[in-house]
Amino acid sequence: MREKSTTLYIGPQHPGITGNMMVKLQVEGDTIVKAETHVGYLHRGFEKLMERRNWLQSFTIVCRICVPEPDPNEENYSRAVEEIEGREVPERAKYIRVMTLELARIATYLLWYGGQSGSAGLLTMGQWSVGDRNYILDLFEDLTGGRVYHMYIWPGGVRRDLPEGFKEKALRTMDYLEKRLDDYDKLLFENSIFQKRAKGVGIIDKNKAIEWGVVGPPLRGCGIQSDVRKDDPYEVYDKLDFEVPAMEGGDVWTRALVRRFEIRQSINLVRQVLDKMPGGEYYNKIPNPHKWTIPAGDAFVKTESARGEFGYYMVSDGGNKPRRVHVKGPAYVHGITLLENLLVGENVADVSFIMNSLGTCPPEIER
Amino acid sequence: MAFFDLKGLLSPITGLKQFGKKPHTIMFPDVAEHASDRYRGLHFNKLDDCIGCGNCSTICMNEAIDMIEIEGVEGKKGDSGLRPRVDNGRCCWCALCVEVCPTGSLSLTKDYIFVTPDADDFLWTPGVDNKENGEQIISFHSDKETSLSDYNRIPMRELDGSERIKSFAEAVLGYNEEEARKEAARCISCGLCTESCPDHMHIPEYINAIARGNDEDALRIIYDNNPLPEMCGKVCTRRCEDVCAMTHRGDAIAIRWLKRYATETAENAEITRQIVNPEIKEANGKKISIIGAGPSGLTAGYYLALRGFDVTIYEAKANAGGMTFYGIPKYRLPAESLEKQVSYMQSIGVKINFNTRVGKDIDFKELYNNSDAVFMGVGFEKPWTLGITGEDLEGSLQAVTYLDVINGGGEMEIGNKVVVIGGGNVAIDAARVARRKGADVTIVYRRRVEDMPADWEEIEGAEDEGVHIMPQGIPLEIIGDKNGKVIKLKFARSEMIPDPDGGRPRPKQIEGSEDIMEVTSVIGAIGQEGDYSFIPDDMKDQIKIERGRFVVNEDKQTTLPRLFAGGDSANRTADAISAIADGFRAVKAIEKMLIK
Repeated sequence: MREKSTTLYIGPQHPGITGNMMVKLQVEGDTIVKAETHVGYLHRGFEKLMERRNWLQSFTIVCRICVPEPDPNEENYSRAVEEIEGREVPERAKYIRVMTLELARIATYLLWYGGQSGSAGLLTMGQWSVGDRNYILDLFEDLTGGRVYHMYIWPGGVRRDLPEGFKEKALRTMDYLEKRLDDYDKLLFENSIFQKRAKGVGIIDKNKAIEWGVVGPPLRGCGIQSDVRKDDPYEVYDKLDFEVPAMEGGDVWTRALVRRFEIRQSINLVRQVLDKMPGGEYYNKIPNPHKWTIPAGDAFVKTESARGEFGYYMVSDGGNKPRRVHVKGPAYVHGITLLENLLVGENVADVSFIMNSLGTCPPEIER
Repeated sequence: MAFFDLKGLLSPITGLKQFGKKPHTIMFPDVAEHASDRYRGLHFNKLDDCIGCGNCSTICMNEAIDMIEIEGVEGKKGDSGLRPRVDNGRCCWCALCVEVCPTGSLSLTKDYIFVTPDADDFLWTPGVDNKENGEQIISFHSDKETSLSDYNRIPMRELDGSERIKSFAEAVLGYNEEEARKEAARCISCGLCTESCPDHMHIPEYINAIARGNDEDALRIIYDNNPLPEMCGKVCTRRCEDVCAMTHRGDAIAIRWLKRYATETAENAEITRQIVNPEIKEANGKKISIIGAGPSGLTAGYYLALRGFDVTIYEAKANAGGMTFYGIPKYRLPAESLEKQVSYMQSIGVKINFNTRVGKDIDFKELYNNSDAVFMGVGFEKPWTLGITGEDLEGSLQAVTYLDVINGGGEMEIGNKVVVIGGGNVAIDAARVARRKGADVTIVYRRRVEDMPADWEEIEGAEDEGVHIMPQGIPLEIIGDKNGKVIKLKFARSEMIPDPDGGRPRPKQIEGSEDIMEVTSVIGAIGQEGDYSFIPDDMKDQIKIERGRFVVNEDKQTTLPRLFAGGDSANRTADAISAIADGFRAVKAIEKMLIK
């Protein structure tokens, strides 16, 4: 006997949803037969806004494209401007940028720990990881003056040099976090509840993954070694020692394992960067921002964010404002097409769990 | 995996070891102490350092900053009197306002706790609302190094000092296109300069045009209220640069050189006319006579002609420009440059009668009666004498006389050991001209070098050319030989006595410091005054003159309603740009009086 078909709405206000978006579900019993995503609650029109602000003013709004991980946006914006203008970035600034990006990755993964486990009902994990994330935010506060919106990486370099004692504090924090990760393993990865929930759930077909344009941890969780940092190194990633993990499986579990590996690797990268960072200038100063024009041209740049490849396409018509900025984030793929496909056949209780494993970020989908 | 996984059940329980540990979270009252040294919290503004340029307001994309008037802050030259007010309901604490603040007065603090039930409280004036503790908790600030203002001027290329003294070739070479664009791009368009310019020229606008690469636009904007821009671009006293927002931490924008650059786009009078392409109104039949083709007279003539008046300028000498022709040496302002500007004016209908001295060749009263209005820009021609013994000797002369002769194309014998007395631009000009004529020149000035009223660039230029400057020197007597020719100068040294009223220190002769130097001539350059003998006695009663200057109202109108005056003979500021401003204002008043 077929069970009665029901329509359910999850979101836009729902603790299990990773932001303001809605998933309309057609369920039979507990099984999803159709999923439809609805976005439109967070559209702020950043791409258009940038066409009306000068090159410097636009820099302060890009961080808002993705709230939990603003830095790849700043990185992309700055690198696109630099590429069109041909502006050199001092070596030290490149190292500081990589450190910032890796710290942001750690902070994002720590938040992900909370979301992933919380959506499985394991609430302690989130309290720990978000508490520890605070230490990264402390580092950001010391470095940039802001805890969440850093507005730190800007065209020409970074806004300020490392403050005194920052290196030592950052290394202490990294040591602390590394130890904590073992506690996390016990609490989450060795937890049979989490294992039961994660294994075999939300499986992405390896062949489909490429077709759909899946990136980041979900792609690496399908066994495909793909990482912008390695494939198309930017800043100083080619001078750093790290690996791209890939695990066959394509389910929530392998995606989680990839992140578990990467957070350790990012800690290592921060240490490497702090060790190798040269002295010198941290900023190649831009001219007076009101009259700063950039020669006509275009650029496409990409950065590996915690959720995957993040791209910016930028066009300048030679004026003092961008003519067009197009933002292509990973969540656009993960949060809409992929999610709709993955949810079919899954249990209704796993919706939030799968969303979290994909790193869906509605503010970035809508921009 | 078996359902019963012992490790999987026991591992999470190890989390219990966290019991009894201190929490990560920080409780509220301690929070404020934890803001970092770079924290971007609420704003603070050092009201005394702020100049109200509004750059913070311009850069703010949230429109969170308004410039408002506040109690206790008065506007003055170089300070708009306005101060930023932040709407904390709009602010995103990006701190771009701090990064672009040219004076560094605006900063962010460690203070971020802000709770209010009333949305109006979000409007908050930094430095007023947190006057008490704001300065102690400044965190995010910009210094000269981090600031986004560009404080370094593009240097001007000049002939070398040793090269300069060989001829009267123009010393300053001017910006090339790349230099001009770069220099123009430094401007933040605050407009403090406009206020300070006697003529209120549209400085940010024409600099913007240059930065955009539209030099012709710049020239049109300049001609809107200054018909002698090339002259100003070379020799203006540039009060605009004194108040430039950039001077608070660096070099002023080279406004004068940028204007000069813009005027160079028009090579001759014809091209000037093509570019400026002014609208010339139909003749209105009103006749205006102008006495003196100096800056004020030419300005009045140009704009009156554009407005359809029948304008005739009466000039006593053979060339137009007044002091800018006969006073300023040609290495600063070449004759061709002035001629180009004057012939452009003539091309739009300004008539100039040269070699016609009012009071001698034409009767002033007749002129007044035959005109609808008369503008006098007669200037100061008569030099002050030093008031010491020996001034009537041969070889004792006045700087304006000397410059007049040389600039007029003549020659004057001054010998090879010249002393110039005075510290103003005229003294420096005379010294540098004498130097070019091969003399060994010493400037004797009563006060210190830093007290000299001359332009610092002029002083430096003179020193580069080998002019000696003797500060704190007081001339006492000019001594001549039996033929009545100057041979020696007796002088004394002075010390500076602070002025009890807070004015500038006064020089006082040091007893026993008298000395004598051998000289071939002594050039006095301590000031000039007007010569108003052209006005008939019966009219003098009706024209009020005070301290050597015509008394004029805001419209530059004298006590005789149809008689206007401007320039040195009516304006204490006594520089070319003030004269131009006078001429421009008089035009408006004359038009208002006769037409509307």
